Amino acid sequence: MAAAQAGDRRAYERVLADSVALIRSVARRRGAPVDLLDDVVQETLLTVHRVRHTYDPSRSYDAWLAAIAGRRAIDTLRSHGRHSHREVHDEAALERYAEHDDASAESERKQRAQHLHAAIAELPPRQREAVQKLGIAEQSLAEASGGTGRNQGALKVNLHRALKTLRERLRGEP
Amino acid sequence: MSATPIPQPLIEALGAELAPVRRLLPPWLRALGWVAVVAITAAVLLVQHGAGPMLQRWAAAPDLAWSTLAAVVTAICAAWAACVLAVPGRARAWVWLPVPSAVVWMAASGWGCLRGLLDPASVVAGGPPVQDCIIFIVGFAIPLSALMIWLLRRACPLHPVRTAILLGLASAAAAASLLTIFHPIDSAATDLLAHALAICIVIGANAALGNRLLSRY
Repeated sequence: MAAAQAGDRRAYERVLADSVALIRSVARRRGAPVDLLDDVVQETLLTVHRVRHTYDPSRSYDAWLAAIAGRRAIDTLRSHGRHSHREVHDEAALERYAEHDDASAESERKQRAQHLHAAIAELPPRQREAVQKLGIAEQSLAEASGGTGRNQGALKVNLHRALKTLRERLRGEP
Repeated sequence: MSATPIPQPLIEALGAELAPVRRLLPPWLRALGWVAVVAITAAVLLVQHGAGPMLQRWAAAPDLAWSTLAAVVTAICAAWAACVLAVPGRARAWVWLPVPSAVVWMAASGWGCLRGLLDPASVVAGGPPVQDCIIFIVGFAIPLSALMIWLLRRACPLHPVRTAILLGLASAAAAASLLTIFHPIDSAATDLLAHALAICIVIGANAALGNRLLSRY
């Protein structure tokens, strides 16, 4: 990682690849189910990329990485828990109030869609493209990569960043 | 046993974005920068008000001197611990570093209050109103907290609330120490409560805002 901090790409890719096993092990210890392990790995690698300047080469890389992985595992579990919680409530609401859908609900839905479209329009071009291809047009990574001429990894990174920006921008809205 | 799946496209994308980075300064150095600002402020206040009145108050009531010394040590330890814990992978035990001095600080202040109750003649009267103490401590703690947040802006506090509580404690302890330079503390329960309230406001505000101010990553 010390070499990566100086800009050595090969060393960086090697250390990231070598880190995956430890990240998965930490995530499992934190109670992340198998189907969320890839999410934790992805979130952790992105965080490592953003905060690589905080690593002190005189200290343990594993301890530094494990702390980040543990935090991201908890964040992923919480986010997954919130998601599931909301889905259960939405189903219950749909069952109970299916007949009571009125004009105000429709207008609220339209308003939310407008906010979302406005937030997407404000994203940087590459992030916007990733959301449009992968999120809205529901293209696969391979299709989007073929259509845009950009590699799949870059599209994934852009989509992740776009979703983070959108979450922050739309946070607090009902 | 199956091989670990490696997200190669993501790793390659991150590798393609790689640029050399400037390493974060060591925690002790960042804490030292913050302590230096507090020390300069103390020097300015000492020049303005003189050390004489403060030393006379300490001679008359040594528990006040112990309380101030413990507050200074608490400020330094809390600032250091906040800087250390803002870096991933550091032992959680650092959170306890300012606790012993904080206990001495509270005990010495409490003893001063008790002394005032047992021997009212020893109380130094004529201090400013208690609301002035609150305004001073909170007023000084805000820029000190802002400075510490600025010093932590490139770090990565994985537990922002914990870090924010420590930086709030550091700011409140430093502001309370600076106050003793020109404030004739009277050791009365009202004065002690005013200080405790101001310190709680500073720590509480930092804890409440910690997630927003320190969760950049």
